[in-house]
Amino acid sequence: MHTAKGFITEPFWVRYLLILAALAFLTLFLLLPLAAVFAEALGRGWEAYLAALHEPDTLSAIRLTLLTAAICVPANLFFGIVAAWAIAKFSFRGKSLLITLIDLPFSVSPVVSGLIYVLIFGLQGWLGPWLQAHDIRIIFAVPGIVLATIFVTFPFVARELIPLMQSQGRDEEEAALTLGASGLQTFFRVTFPNIKWGLLYGVILCNARAMGEFGAVSVVSGHVRGSTNTIPLQVEILYNEYNYAAAFAVASLLALLALVTLAVKGLAELKIRQTLSINEGER
Amino acid sequence: MGIDIDNVSKDFGGFRALDGVDLTVPTGELVALLGPSGSGKTTLLRIIAGLEMPDRGRVLFNGEEATDRDVRDRNVGFVFQHYALFRHMTVFENIAFGLTVKPRKSRLKKPEIREKVFGLLKLIQLEQLSDRYPAQLSGGQRQRVALARALAVEPQVLLLDEPFGALDAKVRLELRRWLRRLHDEIHVTSVFVTHDQEEALEVADRIVVMNKGKIEQQGTPSEVYDRPATPFVFDFLGNVNLFKGRVHEGMAQMGGVDFASPEHAGTSDAPAVGYVRSHDIEIGRSPIDAGSMPAEVRYVHCVGALVRVDLALAAGEGVEVDIPREVADKLNLKAGDKVFARPRKVRVFVDDYQI
Repeated sequence: MHTAKGFITEPFWVRYLLILAALAFLTLFLLLPLAAVFAEALGRGWEAYLAALHEPDTLSAIRLTLLTAAICVPANLFFGIVAAWAIAKFSFRGKSLLITLIDLPFSVSPVVSGLIYVLIFGLQGWLGPWLQAHDIRIIFAVPGIVLATIFVTFPFVARELIPLMQSQGRDEEEAALTLGASGLQTFFRVTFPNIKWGLLYGVILCNARAMGEFGAVSVVSGHVRGSTNTIPLQVEILYNEYNYAAAFAVASLLALLALVTLAVKGLAELKIRQTLSINEGER
Repeated sequence: MGIDIDNVSKDFGGFRALDGVDLTVPTGELVALLGPSGSGKTTLLRIIAGLEMPDRGRVLFNGEEATDRDVRDRNVGFVFQHYALFRHMTVFENIAFGLTVKPRKSRLKKPEIREKVFGLLKLIQLEQLSDRYPAQLSGGQRQRVALARALAVEPQVLLLDEPFGALDAKVRLELRRWLRRLHDEIHVTSVFVTHDQEEALEVADRIVVMNKGKIEQQGTPSEVYDRPATPFVFDFLGNVNLFKGRVHEGMAQMGGVDFASPEHAGTSDAPAVGYVRSHDIEIGRSPIDAGSMPAEVRYVHCVGALVRVDLALAAGEGVEVDIPREVADKLNLKAGDKVFARPRKVRVFVDDYQI
């Protein structure tokens, strides 16, 4: 006769084998490359590392990346909240179509996303001649990079908020309305405190992707040094020039960003679980 | 404040939630909307609150048109089944919410808000819990906080959507008596939705029985319980037995026995169903009178003060009978015993109604 415990627990060697396999896999494919990035970057010493980052083209790439993120993240933050609010709190025709559309950037290859903009705004594109006549540059310039990045990072905030807002239902907002709160008061005093951690999570993912996007940006940027290169493109150029130390030094910035993102994500997930468990308790 | 509902209808997709409902809620009364799920009672409540818009018809507050009035301007207090407390706010902040979102001009000063909130906390007997979060309260405490929060804005109408539905049986009983006492103190016009007939009968001044988007009957608890207008109301309020048979010129024949049915004096030979509440049947070892039906005892269950006896009539129909414990002790019934059952009160409905 087995005990109840015997039925649900595997023998210890199976457990350890599984844990070891998972750890080995993680080490080989995730930890080792990450360590390699930092090892290569700092291989020639701290001075060389800082010098590589101080190179004017690299500084310009960092500036452009920060600028892109500074435009894309607030734009998608606003859009994400609006879309999630509409989807989670109201029922309307075409709702499932909207959800599908929000997911589109996830399912399209980034290169294709970039090409779409070349097709629309490029010299041979639909709006190309008109844009050229008015001396507006979008492709191979900053606006193109921003547009492509917004497209690629579109879903992150909305995707994070929709399930969270749906699970919280409409009761609290309705209660606020019956108590005389306006729409804005309801959002800032009732809805926002409930979604703030999910929002942070979405924003941090959106930011990481906005800074790290390669494919779509590569198509529309034109790789003009010191002008239309973002950090990922700069890494590629340095790497192709056999300037490994510099390439890895710049890459280490993105790796650092990834680590910060992970830390914030962990915190946000913990907080979301806490809010939801309170929610459970209330039902 | 009195509420008038005038010919209100509401569809959800293809589903008709409300179908031409007329209702008047007099000032200061506590009215129960009673019905099974899907009967439209919650939709009606939400339309009164302004959380839902009717497709047709009008809502009047004190005789004034209020159909298109915004939720915020209706001055209603709404209590949700799952409390809907603001989970990131303390009990104090929850109750104060409605007072703090008012426009600056009409907003009370902080000390006044504090005084008012503590007054309400006293009313709901939770003064010592003002700093707790909703997650740290029991279900009954949460619902009392939700009620205090709704009362804080001094609503003209209090609307409660299955307010005790999520609570366990004992707390539910306590809280609904407390609600009744509270209503007797503050006399705010109140409408509450429930599917629990016992709750409606115990708490409400008036009961509105709803079914399939329509009102079946309204009246005082004793009116709807003692004189059900339709088979549905009869069936929904209390435990009932059905006898199929026929009516002819004021006489009904059911289960092999004849009853006088004077309200159907004009009916000639129509199929009919007799409704008898389970406590309106007598059991005897010998025939009590000509109206007695021979039956066999199938089971005897002891449930609290009453004993439930399952009988099988000679015709094979099952009948549930509730008899007082001392009567049951005297009869000393066992499964298989041959007995006689006599309905004391039969209500006959001619149209053929399916449960």
